[in-house]
Amino acid sequence: MIGILDYGMGNLSSVRNALSFLQIENVILSSPDQIAGVSHMIIPGVGAFGAAMENIARAGFIDPIATFANSGKPLLGICLGMQLLATEGTEPAICRGLDLIKGRVELLPSKNLSLPHMGWNGINLQSEHTILEGVKMSADFYFVHSFVFMPAYKSNVVTTTEYGTDFTSIITNERRNVIGIQFHPEKSQKQGLKILDNFSKMSNA
Amino acid sequence: MLKQRLIPTLLLRNGRMVKGKQFTDYRDTGDPVYASRVYNAQYVDELAFLDIDATNENRSTNRDVIARVSKECFMPLSIGGGIRTIDDIRELLLIGADKVIINSAAYQDHKLIRDGAEKFGSQCIIVGIDVRKVNGEYKLYRNSGREEINISLVEHMNNMEKSGAGELFINNIDRDGEMNGYDLELLSLVNKNTNLPIIGCGGAGNFKHLADAYKTTQVSALAMASIFHFGDNNPIRARAYLKNNGVKIKEI
Repeated sequence: MIGILDYGMGNLSSVRNALSFLQIENVILSSPDQIAGVSHMIIPGVGAFGAAMENIARAGFIDPIATFANSGKPLLGICLGMQLLATEGTEPAICRGLDLIKGRVELLPSKNLSLPHMGWNGINLQSEHTILEGVKMSADFYFVHSFVFMPAYKSNVVTTTEYGTDFTSIITNERRNVIGIQFHPEKSQKQGLKILDNFSKMSNA
Repeated sequence: MLKQRLIPTLLLRNGRMVKGKQFTDYRDTGDPVYASRVYNAQYVDELAFLDIDATNENRSTNRDVIARVSKECFMPLSIGGGIRTIDDIRELLLIGADKVIINSAAYQDHKLIRDGAEKFGSQCIIVGIDVRKVNGEYKLYRNSGREEINISLVEHMNNMEKSGAGELFINNIDRDGEMNGYDLELLSLVNKNTNLPIIGCGGAGNFKHLADAYKTTQVSALAMASIFHFGDNNPIRARAYLKNNGVKIKEI
């Protein structure tokens, strides 16, 4: 059973629709006590880092999410949800993140290219991860974001993407049970759905 | 490398899909949910839905189309037509839209664009602009081309960018449905005057029209309808043609 974290930011229905289409059992997590009942968790979301962390703290989600991740259960952050996994964010000011993967979230240094980085772009493999099993590496995925995850350790980077610079598009922790994806697999057609399907099949680390 | 997008546009009227010429003479072109399924199977980059009878009472039928499409088509979905309030935007995002296209209301209510961008993010606020060339000058129109607005194209674009719009959807009414090619002069003019991503619309009749617009202007996306409704063209063939002609197109 995959739990989708509801912390009042963004649209949960597209992740939910994609999981349901794949016939993967899912539930919306709107209170911390529900977390014990799920085997996998997805943190979706769009919006600003600071506001998102405030909402997560207010709902009492911070410690239960850390406990869940530390138990080795698979946890996937998508877009803003990926960025929240970092040690700290900078939008609008410096603020703490969930600190499940060491790093910092900063504005994408896209040089003269416009922000947000929006549309279909490719990924370049830096290290293997089961989440990409059977995924076509030449495929493009749907991105929409202005901030990026700057990892403290290169060994955490699974893929990078080029937009004015090479930034981290998939990241993972040392144990490889916590994964962050900058693009939207739930909006990336066949290859994106394959990633969600792989995630649902991950076992505890 | 970021790719250039192809966005089939579905005009909705009472839950059916229609297509006309120069915003009139609409013909029925089928069931929009079925058409979306076909476009999804052909891996188009996004879908845009425009409710052309926004004043019409049957809006819920059109909303039902988006709700149904979002359950089986996993790509960005935009919807426009009759959006006047923040609650309209919220409702459309909740039923499965990723972006909204605001046209008529954007002229007098910059606050709607600003509030929408603040609450939901610029990435989901597209401003639609319908133009027509009159005596060598681009004039703007609202209410599906019925009412001329007395503001210059560049001034309106600047207002929208300042208010927080995330993209501009630019349509030349005179080209609509004529299948004679995009208005390249218009698209270049628009590109020159804004940093926002531009979705160009109006006039696609063959694949060369698409390649011409991608190569001679800086549009980040092209929208089209007739080219796929009438005749045997489809997005898979369009993508192959564009790729062979050096346009950066999504890999599937």
